Amino acid sequence: MEPILKARGLVKRYGKVTAIDQADFDLMPGEILAVIGDNGAGKSSMIKAVSGAVVPDAGKIWLEGREINFRSPIDAREAGIETVYQQLAMSPALSIADNMFMGRELRKPGVRGSLLRQLDKPAMQAFARQKLNDLGLSTIQNINQAVESLSGGQRQGVAVARAAAFGSKVVILDEPTAALGVKESRKVLELIQDVRARGIPIILISHNMPHVFEIADRIHVHRLGKRLCVIDPKDYTMSDAVAFMTGAIEAPKAA
Amino acid sequence: MSQTDNYESVVSSADSKIATFDESGKGFVGRFHDVLHKTPSMVPLIVLLASILIFGLALGSRFFSPFALTLILQQVQIVGVLAAAQTLIILTAGIDLSVGAIAVLCSVVMGKLTFDYGVPPALSVLLGLIAGTGIGGISGWLVSRLKLPPFIVTLGMWQIVLAVNYLLSANETIRAQDIEAEARFLQFLGVKFSVAGATFNLGVVLMIALVFILAYALRSTAWGRHVYAVGDDPEAAALSGVNVHRTFMSVYMLTGFICALAGWVMIGRFGSVSPSATTGVIGNIQAITAVVIGGVSLFGGRGSIVGAFFGALIVGVFELGLRMAGANPQWTFLLIGVLIIGAVAVDQWIRKVSA
Ligand SMILES: Nc1ncnc2c1ncn2[C@@H]1O[C@H](COP(=O)(O)OP(=O)(O)OP(=O)(O)O)[C@@H](O)[C@H]1O
Ligand SMILES: [Mg+2]
Repeated sequence: MEPILKARGLVKRYGKVTAIDQADFDLMPGEILAVIGDNGAGKSSMIKAVSGAVVPDAGKIWLEGREINFRSPIDAREAGIETVYQQLAMSPALSIADNMFMGRELRKPGVRGSLLRQLDKPAMQAFARQKLNDLGLSTIQNINQAVESLSGGQRQGVAVARAAAFGSKVVILDEPTAALGVKESRKVLELIQDVRARGIPIILISHNMPHVFEIADRIHVHRLGKRLCVIDPKDYTMSDAVAFMTGAIEAPKAA
Repeated sequence: MSQTDNYESVVSSADSKIATFDESGKGFVGRFHDVLHKTPSMVPLIVLLASILIFGLALGSRFFSPFALTLILQQVQIVGVLAAAQTLIILTAGIDLSVGAIAVLCSVVMGKLTFDYGVPPALSVLLGLIAGTGIGGISGWLVSRLKLPPFIVTLGMWQIVLAVNYLLSANETIRAQDIEAEARFLQFLGVKFSVAGATFNLGVVLMIALVFILAYALRSTAWGRHVYAVGDDPEAAALSGVNVHRTFMSVYMLTGFICALAGWVMIGRFGSVSPSATTGVIGNIQAITAVVIGGVSLFGGRGSIVGAFFGALIVGVFELGLRMAGANPQWTFLLIGVLIIGAVAVDQWIRKVSA
């Protein structure tokens, strides 16, 4: 089977710091691929390179077999790749609904939309409310409240809801449960499985080994800026995975 | 499996009602704070109404008449239009020191083209508007592409534009009589009409229309949401799919265009085209004053065009009211200084999410 998203020889340097060092990457259709690695291993940098947020210095990326050259996150979104970044990327003073539809706002039908370019706020609010309910984010009282008035975990929930709602080819989640409570983390895991059930593959970056081993089909172990190995969670234990990613044990050869 | 391993399973029976809380404990100040947080232009509106009321009580019908109140509108029309332009830049967390200079230069371009090059007045106005848009575009490109600070870009642009203005005009004024005789269209926005003792001119109408159009665009179109998002956090905006460069360019070009409109308003107001009009030197500070008093945050992403309009009117009310009261004009500056500092203090208070 051909990977839906494939990268070879990605390189990204920030001055003297090498964030990605000849990294390879494969995401298969319909799978949940977990990416694990130490802090600073270059996980976020790698997914930023495939989501258009950074332009790699070298390397090639293919989506469904076609080579792509994203210049901005907008390009990636138009290609159907939706990302929750580690730093969340939301406008604090704007409302939840505004943030969910940022860059893809709905306009009113008829002349009011086409000529006056008027936004369809009720439709966007209803949609946003629905998506938050799906995620069980019932502690959010008002869909029109500014994002800055949400807790860190609620913000993360909104970001995940946005990605899950709009991703059509690939959904990338960079530590989506890092700030979430027990119930909300569980909901995010369920949501990830729902997204997969819709046939959309997911890249999940996480430091939470029980979650990774519970839902991932394959685990990409990242170390020192590149892919060390890819393992099947059924063949290895959590301690094996941690040992590989920290360099305590030699990684298996066949990826 | 031990009990602790299964702690997540109870989640399925969790309560899914949307949380609601009793708000009665908040008190008057808390609820007032909520209102201000949602509608920041309330503060300048209250100040505006209060100052009209106070001057009205003190000065009686001399001040509280259709004539005097519409006189205020006429006196603030140039600053009002410049404040609308300034608001757009400040919403993107920038500042524009060149607004007044662009207005003066564009009025000179309109006059020069008509009188020295025989261009039909309507076409001259159009070319003047294009010139303003182009100058704004240059500033926007320097800010967006070269990532230069807006303060520096527009500080430089202010000097450059003023210098070009003097070079181009040879510091010569085009007299009002000549314009009236040969190119009345340049004074079009000065056309006056009366409604029940109130006197308006087309420049005032243009200012009010501009405020309505921009308020609509900022509130109800995707472009407006993007302007706020870019001012709030440009990186987050880029990651969530906003074309940040295009937003910056549109804001700076629109600002240049509105400044050129202000130049046209100036010809209507003064009748003449004067390269040494004070607007070129103090127009920027007057516009920033109106915007700040209007509750627009200098940190970007917060505030409204309507607030800035109220800010311009507050300054106009103070100027006329104190002059009618026969006060030393320094009192006007003093009170406006107090208002500026007070407005920023209120802004800081509003920005606190929890009062
Ligand atoms: N914008 C940047 N400028 C300079 N250096 C950067 C930048 N972004 C990342 N780096 C560097 O690149 C390396 C990889 O960072 P990255 O954020 O990709 O790690 P990560 O694997 O996601 O770590 P974590 O688990 O902590 O999120 C780090 O050494 C970091 O300092
Ligand atoms: Mg990271």
